[in-house]
Amino acid sequence: MNPGVHDMLSAWGPQAGHVAWLWNVFLAICTVVFVALMVALFMALRRAPRIDAPEPPDLGTVNVPEPRLRRSVATAAAITILGLLALLVASVFTDRALARLPLQDAVNIQVTGHQWWWSVKYVDGAVSETFETANEIHVPVGRAVVVQLAAADVIHSFWIPSLAGKRDLIPGRSATLAFRADQPGIYRGQCAEFCGLQHAFMAFEVHAHPPAEYERWRRLQVATAAEPAEAQAQRGKQLFQSVSCAMCHTIQGTLAQGKKAPDLTHLASRRTIAAGTLPNTAGNLASWIADPHRHKPGVTMPAIPMSGEDLAAIVAYLGTLQ
Amino acid sequence: MRHGPLGEKPHPHKGRTKDGLAGGEVVARVLDETWSDPPGFLGWFCAVNHKAIGRRFLVTCLVFFALGGLLAATMRMQLSRPGNTLVGPDLYNQIFTMHGSTMMFLFAVPVFQAVAIYLVPLMVGARATAFPRMTAYSYWIFVFGGVMLYGAFFVNAGPDAGWFSYPPLAGPEYGAGKRSDIWAQMITFTEVSALLDAVIIICTVFKMRAPGMTLNRIPLYVWAMLVVAFMILFAMPAVALASSLLIMDRLVATHFYNPGEGGDVLLWQHLFWFFGHPEVYLIFLPGLGMISAMIPTFARRPMFGYTAMVLSLIATGFLSFGLWVHHMFATNVPELGKTFFTAASMLIAIPTAVQIYCWIATLWTGRLNFKVPLYYVLSFFVILVIGGMTGLMLASVSLDSQVHDSYFVVAHLHYVLIGGAVFPLFGALYYWYPKFCGHLMSERLGRWSFWLMFVGFNVAFFPMHILGMNGMPRRVYTYPAELGWGTLNFVSTLGAATLAIGIFLTLVNALRSARHGEAAGADPWGAGTLEWLAASPPRTCNFAALPVVHGRDPLWQGVPAGQVDHVCGLAADVREVLCTTVADAKPDSRMIFPEPTPAPFVAAVATTVLFVGSIFTPWAVVWGSIPLAIVLVWWFWPSQREAEEELALESTEELRAEQA
Amino acid sequence: MKGRLAGLLLVAATLAACEREQRHFAAETQNATGGETAVRRSTNQPGMALGGMVKLADRNISMYDDNAYAVNEGKRLYRWYNCSGCHANGGGSIGPALMDSQWVYGSDPRSIFDTIVQGRPNGMPSFGGHIPEDQVWRIVAYVRSMGGGLRTDVAPSRTDSLYPGKPENFRSPQPAIQKGASQAELALEPR
Repeated sequence: MNPGVHDMLSAWGPQAGHVAWLWNVFLAICTVVFVALMVALFMALRRAPRIDAPEPPDLGTVNVPEPRLRRSVATAAAITILGLLALLVASVFTDRALARLPLQDAVNIQVTGHQWWWSVKYVDGAVSETFETANEIHVPVGRAVVVQLAAADVIHSFWIPSLAGKRDLIPGRSATLAFRADQPGIYRGQCAEFCGLQHAFMAFEVHAHPPAEYERWRRLQVATAAEPAEAQAQRGKQLFQSVSCAMCHTIQGTLAQGKKAPDLTHLASRRTIAAGTLPNTAGNLASWIADPHRHKPGVTMPAIPMSGEDLAAIVAYLGTLQ
Repeated sequence: MRHGPLGEKPHPHKGRTKDGLAGGEVVARVLDETWSDPPGFLGWFCAVNHKAIGRRFLVTCLVFFALGGLLAATMRMQLSRPGNTLVGPDLYNQIFTMHGSTMMFLFAVPVFQAVAIYLVPLMVGARATAFPRMTAYSYWIFVFGGVMLYGAFFVNAGPDAGWFSYPPLAGPEYGAGKRSDIWAQMITFTEVSALLDAVIIICTVFKMRAPGMTLNRIPLYVWAMLVVAFMILFAMPAVALASSLLIMDRLVATHFYNPGEGGDVLLWQHLFWFFGHPEVYLIFLPGLGMISAMIPTFARRPMFGYTAMVLSLIATGFLSFGLWVHHMFATNVPELGKTFFTAASMLIAIPTAVQIYCWIATLWTGRLNFKVPLYYVLSFFVILVIGGMTGLMLASVSLDSQVHDSYFVVAHLHYVLIGGAVFPLFGALYYWYPKFCGHLMSERLGRWSFWLMFVGFNVAFFPMHILGMNGMPRRVYTYPAELGWGTLNFVSTLGAATLAIGIFLTLVNALRSARHGEAAGADPWGAGTLEWLAASPPRTCNFAALPVVHGRDPLWQGVPAGQVDHVCGLAADVREVLCTTVADAKPDSRMIFPEPTPAPFVAAVATTVLFVGSIFTPWAVVWGSIPLAIVLVWWFWPSQREAEEELALESTEELRAEQA
Repeated sequence: MKGRLAGLLLVAATLAACEREQRHFAAETQNATGGETAVRRSTNQPGMALGGMVKLADRNISMYDDNAYAVNEGKRLYRWYNCSGCHANGGGSIGPALMDSQWVYGSDPRSIFDTIVQGRPNGMPSFGGHIPEDQVWRIVAYVRSMGGGLRTDVAPSRTDSLYPGKPENFRSPQPAIQKGASQAELALEPR
């Protein structure tokens, strides 16, 4: 499976774009400074005569001013100050540009960071139009997205390098991040604040769609889970609601209303499972459910001993949740 | 004949022999005898001689450096391939926490304090550091803290929440067990040690300089250590407070970091980084001081711009306290406030730049003796400047919003810490090794070591800039193969291996040269500062007669015609010390210093019991204070012998005054 | 002699630390309850009701009494599975208090396990088949800590929430009265 774009210099939105521009400014100025300094050092090493053993030191400069050197150092210091000012101005301009993202007609999302997954709640429109999903954020191209960030347990950080800079999710505090995707595509994100055992596998994806496709996706998400047609999936649904799954997970329209784990109502429509760790295939799903700790040791989902047929039934049911 | 207030009589025979060059080798031996530590196994615990303590302190810090390096090697092995299973997440979290904590708390700051404890008295012309017993105590408390940390690590109780230990992850709910408590108490140990060492350095530098060494003539290395000491006084209490609040939250259910009860998670970050940013300058500034010591020697001319250098050191130290929020740019502190810290973080580049220009000016107008220490010094310019450039990038709020908490920061911090501190430290080891051991280290092996370290370091850490920009976050125990991070990680591991070999070669060099190295005289490099006046290795008393200083590079500038070159008259058979005034180093008073005693060691043991006990129960603070109080009373109990010696010295003075 | 005693203490402390700090992720096979099966004693079940019998505890050993991480997990699961809905944070409301010395159905590990898995009359749901056994054992260890029954260094500390009481590692141990006392007998005893 091709991962989404995950690179700060592949900027696909204005926020990441501004920072990429700033990077170029910094890189240019810093390279010039570094090269100049290396040239100066090199010239100093070339000019000064070589000696092999400690000769008597040159004491001609004791208590004697060295105006030429003083001028050179002062000039260099002045140029340094100007260079730093230029960098500061560029940085402040970028800060302003980032703050000025137009937010009309924005899509409003609430993202809560958990150990080690992301719950995503779409809160626009009437309450009956809100829905919750996990680990996969879909946005329309060309519209701003305002993300309210909250943490359920420890500090996390929401980072989509190709779309925007990161923002920490801090318990007891709320933060906002705004971004816009200007091209359709899949953009990968990952938690960027050490949050415990599975910090390494707390990824998510942002899917940007043309507006019509986004609207279609949204309407599908608002609907409750489809009733499975074939027998194995129906048995899987019964099992899901009766064994441990329903204790933590939600599938809207069923008895599974647990609030402690990702909402699985439309699990089959997602590309990955386990917070971007595995591609969403039947085999991976079965392996994950049988023993999550094989893939993410320490994760909060327990291994649930069950027979092969039960597992297959549950996987079959989950496969119907488009 | 004067008697003491409790009827003490003057010592019958002490105080008659005086130091100075007139008495020759006989008097010098008496001086050595006076200032030496007791021999034998038990005597080892009673040592108060600053060179003995400095040596063992330095070796201990280098052992911690090696342990931290082994931890790093494990991390690099784990990260060399995607999906590697060498180390699982729990152990990896402990390993990177131990690596960071070891390097920052058990190596980077203490090693420079160790070198300072050894060198500063020699450089300022004194026979001891101020407060010799406190110097011993600061070493023992440091060692016990490190042993506690590693002992915990070996029983799977090593801290696992990062060297910065953010709550709530390190807090009572998400940090089960005693791991983060061990971390917090390790902070207490090392912070007490650092604070005491800072007091010692400040008092030594201010009050025990050789006559004539005005503030204007203090070596730049000593200035750097003085600024560092003052910074420690202001920075360490912040982390001590933060870690104490964390222990209280975990042990006795206070709510400092609990938003549910009105506390604030960000309080930790502010307190920690208020310490944490000056901390990295605590590591950086001694390196700058060492470079200022070495460049004049290998450029055969005094440093250009002494005043500018001193002011830059002080400015850097002062400004470093105004930068801490740049570690918090990803949090929701107000945006305009963040921009202030961008400006401050850029401002601090100016004094460092001035120092670099002064060094280049000195090199430009000197004659260069290319020995191994100079190689390490020159590599500082390359590596530290790259680190400084990436530091400016991190100073910008917007740019930091992308690269914060990614491998870009890992690259930056290693460039500034290894380039700015470790390379100068290695140069300093080669430079002062003859002074410590009396032999020179092998030039050939030194060059090999240097180039392997330089190339290995850059191959290890430069790719991390790119990895960070490619989205690789920090503190991950592994990563997916599809993201394409595998190649650069593998290259980085190869570089790390090369760096390790380079460091190992210096260890081999040091061990071999102790026996087989070329014998060094007092001043093999032809340097100008006072430590090169003493023998290599220095005699126990450092100087048979305390020198009088007439310039910044006393050994170069010599003594102007008709001026005094040394003072004499301090007792040779009593630990008598000359105190001089702060600004102009005029002889001011004389003090008697304490004899070797096991009290510092026993006090450190009692303190350890108190600190380690308070990890498990708050009552340890109460019950543990009692043995500590008893030991401290024993330590500070006035000494009968010192009173007798004081009286004996007074009577010889009276006798001389009468005879005059 | 003194050296030997010190050495023994050190070894004891080390072993204690070893177990306290272990992170057990996978379900422990020792937990596998090969024990007898029994009927559920409650019609309350979470989610969709399961038919059939439940497996009781095989051995009367609480695997996680010395493991701080597992007891902390038990505390989290106690909250997540809404035990606090009836038992509050140990003080009880609809359900009996769990932090005092009165144990209606016994305070030993096997009794607590069986109570959770089978359910009990008058409201305690039957969680057998709904909560995996390993998690039940973690909850058992946590419940035993609620009355101050576990070692102070193992019992959990406070949560990051609004809670006025003492955390478990600060509660004095409550000696349990005899197990299996009937509710009628208890009603006659002064509270």
